[in-house]
Amino acid sequence: MAILEIKHLSKRYKDVTALSDVSLKVHAGEFVTVIGRSGAGKSTLLRCVNRLVEANAGTIEFDGVDVRALKKRDLRHLRTHIGMIFQHFNLVPRQTVIENVLHGLLGYKSTLAGVLGLYTAEEKEKAFDILDRVGLEDQVHKRCDQLSGGQKQRVGIARALIQEPHLILCDEPIASLDPGSAKKIMDRLQRISRDMNITILMNLHQVDVAIRYSDRIVGVREGRVVYDDDAKKLKKKTVAEIYGSEAEEILFEEQAV
Amino acid sequence: MSTPLAVREVLVRRNLTFLAGLAVVGALTVGSSLVTDFSFSAGIASIPKALGWMAVNFIPNARALRALPNIGIKLAETVLVSIMATVLAAGAALVLAILASRTTRPHPAASAVVRLIASVCRNIPVVAWAMIFLLSFGQNVLTGLLSLFIGTVGYLARAYAEAIDETADSAVEALHASGASWLQTVAQAVFPALMPQLTSWMLYMVETNIRDATLVGILTGTGIGFLFDVYYKSMNYSSAALVVIGVVIVVIAIETASNALRKIIL
Repeated sequence: MAILEIKHLSKRYKDVTALSDVSLKVHAGEFVTVIGRSGAGKSTLLRCVNRLVEANAGTIEFDGVDVRALKKRDLRHLRTHIGMIFQHFNLVPRQTVIENVLHGLLGYKSTLAGVLGLYTAEEKEKAFDILDRVGLEDQVHKRCDQLSGGQKQRVGIARALIQEPHLILCDEPIASLDPGSAKKIMDRLQRISRDMNITILMNLHQVDVAIRYSDRIVGVREGRVVYDDDAKKLKKKTVAEIYGSEAEEILFEEQAV
Repeated sequence: MSTPLAVREVLVRRNLTFLAGLAVVGALTVGSSLVTDFSFSAGIASIPKALGWMAVNFIPNARALRALPNIGIKLAETVLVSIMATVLAAGAALVLAILASRTTRPHPAASAVVRLIASVCRNIPVVAWAMIFLLSFGQNVLTGLLSLFIGTVGYLARAYAEAIDETADSAVEALHASGASWLQTVAQAVFPALMPQLTSWMLYMVETNIRDATLVGILTGTGIGFLFDVYYKSMNYSSAALVVIGVVIVVIAIETASNALRKIIL
């Protein structure tokens, strides 16, 4: 069953077309990766799903709900079911690990309790459990600006997991990490998708990583979907098509790895 | 081998621009000194005489020391008014900044209105505000407080709005994505991320305001500025000198204290 269904989605920024007529189906539990050169519209596509960016035309259906028709309050409710992980982690650097993880619960709380940062004992326990699961049990009270890049991204993952999401959007989750940490983060996300049956929609720049980890790959070029099929079936020729003049660079990088 | 024409052209143009600029500045300086009847040579020549006069008259004596308790009280008053004006202004500026910042504004129109208000507050000098408020509130502490408040709000609103855009935009995006409301995001992401900058800018404005307060006090007839005015106009120069020394000591002390505080916070 499709958990997410995007139909004929278009988005324009002033005179730049970011997405034109994008249609895409993601099934529950699937690990789908969107690849394409920078500026192809990957990031916009991801942000249209939880409406951090408002599309101009088309429909988005998530869990059977028409996302684009939602009013403010309902949109916030919907967002609690969609976790998001960012290239630059997007944590509050001066706050501790546990504080940042608890931020993931704000959407579930009353305005007042959220504003004052009053969390129940169960909520705190849940945060501890999840930090345990991502291997940060020893960093709970450390400030996030004292963590390594890989650890910061694990805090980001924990913040998404505490939402108990049905879908996690990952916007270039390993682009700011060294290769070692990048692999660990990708392994972790794969485990999350398999063990917890959470659907993952990810943007990636690295084609080889996308092929290794994803069930399905969606190639985007100049705002249009040019490939949508099994990750294993992706051919060099298609990669060249998706990346255009950047292709040689990408393929060279792959050989170097 | 000769340098290509285009390269020589670039250097020539750069030098010509510099020379032209120098000539304009020079002409403006000479022109304005002619218009205002200001003579550089006479000005420089008067410096030794002025120093001599200061050496004789601007030395605190026994009479000045008798004025010391009074000076202390007025200095304290000025410092307290400056701090009060700054703290109140910082609170108001934070609210305005949240409305103005690209990251947290509820609506682009709110941002535009707030930025306009802040710009007006900031670009009219504090002393001019004091003169404006003098007409409506008369010569009292409130007038001084209000003018410092207005100037500080204008300045801090912009500084805070920029700080929000620089430091909090990514965390705000993450919290919005997880379904947090606007107020929750401001309280849980913007505020904690901004704490050091908020305080640092506020300390800076306390320093600036203590300096400005002296000047404003001359106009509004309050605080240490008023005392200086009184002593100076009654030709009690030794006491006036003690006021100046007091102000300098307080300004240095406050600056040292706020630098120490800043180190702890950052």
